[in-house]
Amino acid sequence: MSEKKPALWLRIYSFLVYGFIYAPILILIVFSFNTQKLNVRWEGFTLEWYKVLFADSQIFLATRNTLMIAFVSTLVATIIGTMAALAMHRYRFPFYNVSETVMYIPIVIPEVVMGISLLVFFVMINFTLGLATITLSHIAFNIPFVALVVRARLHGYDKAIDEAAMDLGANELTTFWRVTLPTIMPGVLSGAMLALTLSLDDYVITYFTAGPGSTTLPLRVFSMVKTAVTPEINALSTIWVLIIFVLLVIGQVAQRKKA
Amino acid sequence: MISEQVGAEPKKKASLFTVLRENSRAQGLFLISPTNIYLFLMVVLPLILVTGLSFLSRGAYGQVLFRFNLTNYTRLFDALYGKVMVFSLGIGIGTTLICILVGYPLAYFLARAPARQRSLLLFLILLPFWTNFIIRIFAWMIILRSGGLLDTILQWLHITQAPLNLLYTPTAVLIGMVYEFLPFMVLPLYTSLEKIENSLLEAAADLGAPPWKAFLRVTLPLSVPGMIAGTILTFIPAMGMFVVPDILGGAKTILIGNVIRNQFLTARDWPFGAAASMVLMIMTMVLTLYYTRKAGFGEELLV
Repeated sequence: MSEKKPALWLRIYSFLVYGFIYAPILILIVFSFNTQKLNVRWEGFTLEWYKVLFADSQIFLATRNTLMIAFVSTLVATIIGTMAALAMHRYRFPFYNVSETVMYIPIVIPEVVMGISLLVFFVMINFTLGLATITLSHIAFNIPFVALVVRARLHGYDKAIDEAAMDLGANELTTFWRVTLPTIMPGVLSGAMLALTLSLDDYVITYFTAGPGSTTLPLRVFSMVKTAVTPEINALSTIWVLIIFVLLVIGQVAQRKKA
Repeated sequence: MISEQVGAEPKKKASLFTVLRENSRAQGLFLISPTNIYLFLMVVLPLILVTGLSFLSRGAYGQVLFRFNLTNYTRLFDALYGKVMVFSLGIGIGTTLICILVGYPLAYFLARAPARQRSLLLFLILLPFWTNFIIRIFAWMIILRSGGLLDTILQWLHITQAPLNLLYTPTAVLIGMVYEFLPFMVLPLYTSLEKIENSLLEAAADLGAPPWKAFLRVTLPLSVPGMIAGTILTFIPAMGMFVVPDILGGAKTILIGNVIRNQFLTARDWPFGAAASMVLMIMTMVLTLYYTRKAGFGEELLV
């Protein structure tokens, strides 16, 4: 498309939709510095809520759990998912279509269904709910997303460079480590980034697979939201938003530099 | 099969290695088997268990009895739960329609924006959605609360006099859902619109079609695949959603997702919850299959 510039009304309209998208987040940030507890009117500047937040030991624990789960599940899912993407892209093997269909299941079924089915599974095999069950579940929903992203990046991969490496005497393994992997690395990294964000953000599946003492940050925020509205949540949100923004901007800049 | 032999005996390892080196099917199987095994255990098997569970009965203390039972399914269509089903469908369809109405012009704008700015504009749409989902819904709670930010602003502008009492209503749920799913509609729509060749529109103009007619006869039909991909990406999660109704809907707004959650965690009627899950899953799958067959799309889902 393109060529013609968008009409004025369309530009104004789009500007308003961007406003709708950003307003809630800006409001959270502004009110995190507000002396008023009710999040309604601006009264004065304070850092009180940040002090409360940093003294909150439950938040500290939840953050630790969240990061641990996200790190382990991303690592495992990235390895397994990348292997699957390579398999789907380069090879034909028995039950190819079945494997492919199964990979789409976690993406297309409603999250709540996946959550309860995992709960049923863990209870039936007598697996105590906790950090381990959350991590195992996160790996399950992350594998397909990593595989999907890496596979998309494999499109247009020139097999000739692998063949060239082998003609020069490298065996399969060396070719993989020295040629294939470095070439597909950007795809693997973006798959890992997606897995990391999905894991950090997940509420539904974590909710069903968590046990006592394995509260994650989204679970903790949810129970805070349900019990009392306090600007401590705003402070937490602001820090969260800032960290994510910084990471994303770094990622974008790194990508631009490469290109 | 091959992967099972790996740890068997050290002697066989060498032969396995030669098999892996020479046989490309074996290589493929070796690479795919961790995924197959993992997803079979953690996705397929649990879903089979839930299917079986949905035909069992609940005991007096919330335990599961191994007695065949179909009432879990018939109960879903009685007066009480039938209403919940209809309401869930309504919220799901409503969310999807509003997302199309709000998102289409935005996607059109993005497709028409100068190429240099496009990636930045797309990035700006996605940026807020990398923050936590619960946090975003909490923000809407602050905005919509009675006497909250929206009320304050509307009264200050003399648009309303009394508080709107929006929080804990279906409207609040709809607002939260649309906010949450808008990017899932805009991105596939953008992918479809962006692919439309400008020459097609020029041809329509040359043949005497006014811009609105060119839009209706050329642009709109060509953007249908994007609209379908967006519909699947919004409708399925909207149908199963229980967090937004929990936070913004209050006790009265109960969707099928809430019913499932409650059966598993508070009411402890697992067979009934399993039946509700099956119905939700079948509804969404039928819809997805129907539309994907009809429109044949692929890459729109992959943005």
